[in-house]
Amino acid sequence: MITVMRPNPLREPEDRRLPRIAGPCVLVIFGVTGDLSTKKLMPAVYDLANRGLLPPGFALVGFARRAWAHQDFAKIVHAAVKEHARTPFREEVWQQLSEGIRFVPGEIGNEEAFSKLAETIADLDEARGTGGNHAFYLSIPPGLFQTVVDQLRSHGLAEELPGRWSRVVIEKPFGHNLESARELNRIVSSVFPASSVFRIDHYLGKETVQNMMALRFANQLFEPVWNNNYVDHVQITMAEDIGIGGRAGYFDGIGIARDVIQNHLLQLLALTAMEEPNSFEASQLRVEKQKVLAAARPPARMDLHTARGQYAGGWAGGERVKGYLEEDRIPADSRTETYAAIRINIENRRWAGVPFYLRTGKRLARRVTEIALGFKRAPHLPFSKTDTEELGYNAIVLRIQPDEGVTLRFGAKVPGTQMEIREVNMDFAYGGSFTESSPEAYERLILDVLLGDPPLFPQHEEVELSWEILDPILDYWASLPEQPELYEPGSWGPRGADRMLARDGFSWRRP
Amino acid sequence: MIIALDDTTSSKISSELLRARRTAGSPAQGMVLTMIIVCDESEYASAMEASMAAGREHPSRILLVVTAGGRNASLDAEVHIGEGTPGEVIVIRMRGAVGAHPASVIRPLLLPDSPVVIWWPGKAPNNRAADELAQLAMRRVTDAASSARPLVALKERARDYSPGDSDLSWTRLTPWRALLAAALDQYPAKIKSVAVEAERGNPSADLLAAWLHARLKVEVNRKISSGPGLTAARMTTASGDIAITRPDGLLASYAVPGQPERLVALKRRNLTELISEELRRMDADEVYERTAKSLLDAEKRTTAKPGAKKAGAKKTGGKKAGGKKPDSTHRVAKQTARSR
Repeated sequence: MITVMRPNPLREPEDRRLPRIAGPCVLVIFGVTGDLSTKKLMPAVYDLANRGLLPPGFALVGFARRAWAHQDFAKIVHAAVKEHARTPFREEVWQQLSEGIRFVPGEIGNEEAFSKLAETIADLDEARGTGGNHAFYLSIPPGLFQTVVDQLRSHGLAEELPGRWSRVVIEKPFGHNLESARELNRIVSSVFPASSVFRIDHYLGKETVQNMMALRFANQLFEPVWNNNYVDHVQITMAEDIGIGGRAGYFDGIGIARDVIQNHLLQLLALTAMEEPNSFEASQLRVEKQKVLAAARPPARMDLHTARGQYAGGWAGGERVKGYLEEDRIPADSRTETYAAIRINIENRRWAGVPFYLRTGKRLARRVTEIALGFKRAPHLPFSKTDTEELGYNAIVLRIQPDEGVTLRFGAKVPGTQMEIREVNMDFAYGGSFTESSPEAYERLILDVLLGDPPLFPQHEEVELSWEILDPILDYWASLPEQPELYEPGSWGPRGADRMLARDGFSWRRP
Repeated sequence: MIIALDDTTSSKISSELLRARRTAGSPAQGMVLTMIIVCDESEYASAMEASMAAGREHPSRILLVVTAGGRNASLDAEVHIGEGTPGEVIVIRMRGAVGAHPASVIRPLLLPDSPVVIWWPGKAPNNRAADELAQLAMRRVTDAASSARPLVALKERARDYSPGDSDLSWTRLTPWRALLAAALDQYPAKIKSVAVEAERGNPSADLLAAWLHARLKVEVNRKISSGPGLTAARMTTASGDIAITRPDGLLASYAVPGQPERLVALKRRNLTELISEELRRMDADEVYERTAKSLLDAEKRTTAKPGAKKAGAKKTGGKKAGGKKPDSTHRVAKQTARSR
């Protein structure tokens, strides 16, 4: 191998047509039989290959408790790709990929299986020229991390040698409270250095989330009003129209606040509220996110400024649906919340006095994720009171999904009237103005893992900070004797959440 | 919805567009650019298809300008909107004297403020700086491969390059260039010489050779193969070749010294993909400019040594070319100064 580093003469900074292609490497997926792996990971790998972003020497290794041979696994990948890939299926791309597909059967605790894995990887390094670069994707319950990480270490798979890399990818949840998050980090970082640990939060890979930074920091138009002089409150919503489905075992006892607020919503809050980073280098971005998360506080009066709920049975979207307590494998007295709303205050100059309301829930009216900045009313309205009766407040809404885009709400004169003012929307639709099929979040994230490019991955400090915000709220809820308030399925959540905003003189937006 | 407007004017087309958008339910425009496509009846169908598909990635107002001769001046238009049409597509047929003043028709139909791209799928005007429609656009896309003498066309375009020009024969190279650059990322060896193989008259191959010559500062051998298109690029290092060979236009093999040979999908891309890539950037492509200049330099270099036989030139290539260089670059400078 050549060790002298010289700049690549074929790369010029002006040459923006050239994409960055990951170096040859092996991606090992643990828990390869799971839904995530077939619906998201495998298709994303194919799409990357189809876009020419995977190196010629790329290998995919599956590890699971199945008696499969390499070909059986290749068939599974083939089917997953055909069904779920975003880009059209092309035989030659498949040929490139299938050359490097391997499967290792075995239990996670089994020594022999890991020896086999190490062997397979060593073979691939030889046959595919992957040069000792390995990424391990742990698509398994966190309880098994310790075992896997120990196995990787004892079989020499986690070693960092000069000129090669070894990375580990973990999915949320990153613990279920501060303590367990620290424990998880201890386990993973006992073997992998912090820079080699990639925590995937697929929300951060979404084009629209990345667009938030473009919107805020590439424009002169928004930044001047992006503070407490003009904004009076912010609502961050992530609603799902489905129930818990088959995730009963995972969801019960965890609840939606841990599942969604800790990672997605607090990350969105950080991106919305942070100061401008010096650059988009990972370290700079992280500093700003950490700063704003450290300034974020849970409400002082938990009883007034948090709300939780559980969906009842009934009709949602024309379908008869079960209540949470009637779902399979959910204990009839479960107190797990399926709806959570909290107020966060950010104690810095930009945001003092501006409440951030975060809400999330299952079985709400529709699936939507958005961030809405509500603006103060104009200090003086030179119209009569009746003219502006229908005028609400100005708002900037960043729609994360579906129908990604940006909406501005402002008042306009109703035509034909003397002077009647009403709210109108001005819409920018991402789908309309740019690519119809923008890359899936997982494509971007997997590529970033292979390139070793960390800006979109939350680090341990951010995870801890967000647990510090959420833990007191969870403790408070756990101390309550009563059940979470029931809410009608297909509605926008429990009454308590409406009262929570009404106390501050606001109301929830209907997304 | 397709609305045919016979014997019309620009303002009638504009008001028809507005009306059609209103009836389609949304008068809002999410369009990001105006694309003018200049073609004749024979190229019309494929250009329309490619532009509609590209429009899905970059919704735009597409103005297909079809000019024809004839004694009587007439202007017919067809407005396509909604129902599977991304953005708006307007086919404008100009005949007779109107065809001599196309900008007068097109100018009122450009979207406010957003960029204008012009694309000639077939024959492009020789002097683009003087072309009425070309002047409306900030990006001008040509396709040397579609002309009868691709290399001549490519060089002509390189000679009167102005910022914003690009050619699809350059766009076709992106996957090749990406792979070659990635190969050097992984194997940063000193390159001693380079060979590019392609079928006869493939302008992309000449551009690739010019790019590699300009970046690596080594002699580039241009070989003829039976195609299709580009078939191989080899970069020779002290310990062997970094080679990408694609005999079938679909799947390439990729070899780096000391590593096993591997397959990589390298499909020849269709027009839609090429146009989509072109529309991703609206600023001038400086790398293309330098490569095009380097292509012209190479031509000057070969014409500058009339006595040298082909075989001899190959053998002593390194030294001789080095010695001749100052002279040949000087000549090029003179040449461009004169042509401006």
